Amino acid sequence: MRSALLIAGKDFRQRLRDRSAILVAFVVPFVLAAIFGATLHDVGSGRVTFSFGLVDLDGGQAARTFSTQVLSPLERTGLARLRTEPSLERGRADADDGTVAATFVLPESFSSAIGRGQSTQLTILGDVDSPIGALVARSVALGFAERVDGMRIAVAAARPTSAAEARRLEARAAAAPQTVTITDVSTSRRELDPGTYYAAGMAVFFLFFTVQFGVTSILDERRDGTLARMLAAPIRRSTVIVGKLLTSLVLGIVSMSVLVAATRFVLGAHWGNPLGVAILIVSGVLAATSVMALVATLAKTPDQAGAWSSMVALVLAMLGGSFFSVAQAGGAIGALSLLTPHAWFLRGLDDLASDAGLGSVLGPAAAMLAFAAVTGSVALTRMGKLIEP
Amino acid sequence: MCLNEPVLTCTDLQKRFGDVQAVNGISFRIAPGETYGLLGPNGAGKTTTISMVCGLLEPDAGAVAVAGTPLTTRSVSAKAAIGYVPQDLALYPDLSAAENLRFFARLYGLGPADTSRRVAEVLDLIGLSERGGDQAKTYSGGMRRRLNIGIGLLHRPRLLVLDEPTVGVDPQSRNAILESVVRLAQEGMAVLYTTHYMEEAERLCDRIGIVDLGELKAEGTRAELVALVGEHDRVRIQGVGDLEVGARACTLISSVQAASVRDGAIELLVDHARGVLVQLLETVAAASVDVDAVEVDEPDLEAVFLHLTGKALRD
Repeated sequence: MRSALLIAGKDFRQRLRDRSAILVAFVVPFVLAAIFGATLHDVGSGRVTFSFGLVDLDGGQAARTFSTQVLSPLERTGLARLRTEPSLERGRADADDGTVAATFVLPESFSSAIGRGQSTQLTILGDVDSPIGALVARSVALGFAERVDGMRIAVAAARPTSAAEARRLEARAAAAPQTVTITDVSTSRRELDPGTYYAAGMAVFFLFFTVQFGVTSILDERRDGTLARMLAAPIRRSTVIVGKLLTSLVLGIVSMSVLVAATRFVLGAHWGNPLGVAILIVSGVLAATSVMALVATLAKTPDQAGAWSSMVALVLAMLGGSFFSVAQAGGAIGALSLLTPHAWFLRGLDDLASDAGLGSVLGPAAAMLAFAAVTGSVALTRMGKLIEP
Repeated sequence: MCLNEPVLTCTDLQKRFGDVQAVNGISFRIAPGETYGLLGPNGAGKTTTISMVCGLLEPDAGAVAVAGTPLTTRSVSAKAAIGYVPQDLALYPDLSAAENLRFFARLYGLGPADTSRRVAEVLDLIGLSERGGDQAKTYSGGMRRRLNIGIGLLHRPRLLVLDEPTVGVDPQSRNAILESVVRLAQEGMAVLYTTHYMEEAERLCDRIGIVDLGELKAEGTRAELVALVGEHDRVRIQGVGDLEVGARACTLISSVQAASVRDGAIELLVDHARGVLVQLLETVAAASVDVDAVEVDEPDLEAVFLHLTGKALRD
């Protein structure tokens, strides 16, 4: 064990002098987490405000209803900022140049067409650079159209005997409260806020690159002749492997711990129960080290190992939801994501965020440890070849 | 030398890589304080032999024993007696010379105090005391070579194994390396030295094993190997006068095996020419030949190698 610690100590000294290792282990994941978190923080927290334009070429009752009962409430909640456009051309120009995310266009005879039960159009001119804003505008318009349809069906079902009664029924239907209101779109599990999600996603993504500096450096040492020199020393071959694995494990744990602390105190990420986070980190580091050890045993050269490791890290991260939540896609992709340590790591943090208690991380941790056991076992059976001078 | 107590004993070593029989039945022994050279061209099997001697490769057959202890790739204690200096530089360029030395010293089991002392001694020995704290990547090629050798000396091994340590080295550094090896051998360290440079083998080695195609073709001292070939020294005496008379006079000296005149010079085949050179010149002068130049061409290991393998050493 003393020799293994010596080898690990030597590796740490080398890594500390290698700026690329510092960048990969600490700087880049922190910076990317900060960028992603800052970019998507408002959307995720519901604090985003979209600017919408309104071109009212109708001026009738239905147009007023759309403005006062649909758009104004959005403005009051802070989700939208309304801008009344003086003309269709101006409304189109504002959408084109990004002044507004989308412009609603209510055509002439909009209200009278609705009153007569005829079809009409509510046009949305969206800013191509603001697809989310245009999508929100479309949803708002769709909601209004469905409500108008609902009123029409209700009036028809009541079979009014006169036009006056029909108008009275329409007014009652319009004033009736919504029977179903949506108060929360999330499931029983509360999701991580975007800042924490991307801090965790980037940390676990770069973890796979960080642990490489331990296990795959055996290939570097073989190329440089220092592996032969170590093997000529009075130590067991397994000592070299243990030393390298130690390097990976400690580097991974240190890197993750520093990132957790930095994103907590600098970016305001909410990681949850520290002991739960520690369990997830250790499990994740073991899984990452095992995967990269397996990749190292399959490669013949350091360059090959580097290329393969990058591919594996990238595919697992994408599938596991380091960049965006793949689990929400459901189906085969959602199921496949559960084959990655990334997905389990993020799920474990999700569970911690929902105050489900420390026990909630045991499942995700067990999944990551199972992943480590499978890949690690295969790696160990192939390790003999890797350790040849 | 005490050949009865060898530091290294290799017995019938064999190693095959695929279809290539890299080493085929090599056996030799090295006594304490003896410098043994493995001389052969590139690809002869020298490095494979050394890899088995150092426990890096497992022989397909045969055995290695270091100071009487059998050595395999799994051996631990036997390896402690060996200092290994690989052919290519094997050090950490982003660590300083002192850090490189300290790491390997601890790996060889030296304690903290011993390590500090030996690191300082070896830095002094290899002339890097003043630059010991600088990263190895800032060193010249010669300095790195010296550090590469220094690592092998740290734990005062009983057997120092040097695998072509002068390949790609400038003449000055090469000379320094050769002098170090001579000094270490004088201090009682057994040395196994592989080279494809005949001059190095002749200068350094007490005994030489000639290796080709994975086989030990012959071994012995330089004189024994040359005697094996049975060739004579060639002496060419260039001068003015009656060269035929001079040549006939030389044949009266017992060690002269043949004499002839060719291209304005007397050509002689002589046993141990250096020993009778003065007598030869006096004889020629007595025959009224004014000597302008003398060349002595002794049979060397190149000739031995040619004789044993049918090809030149550098082919």
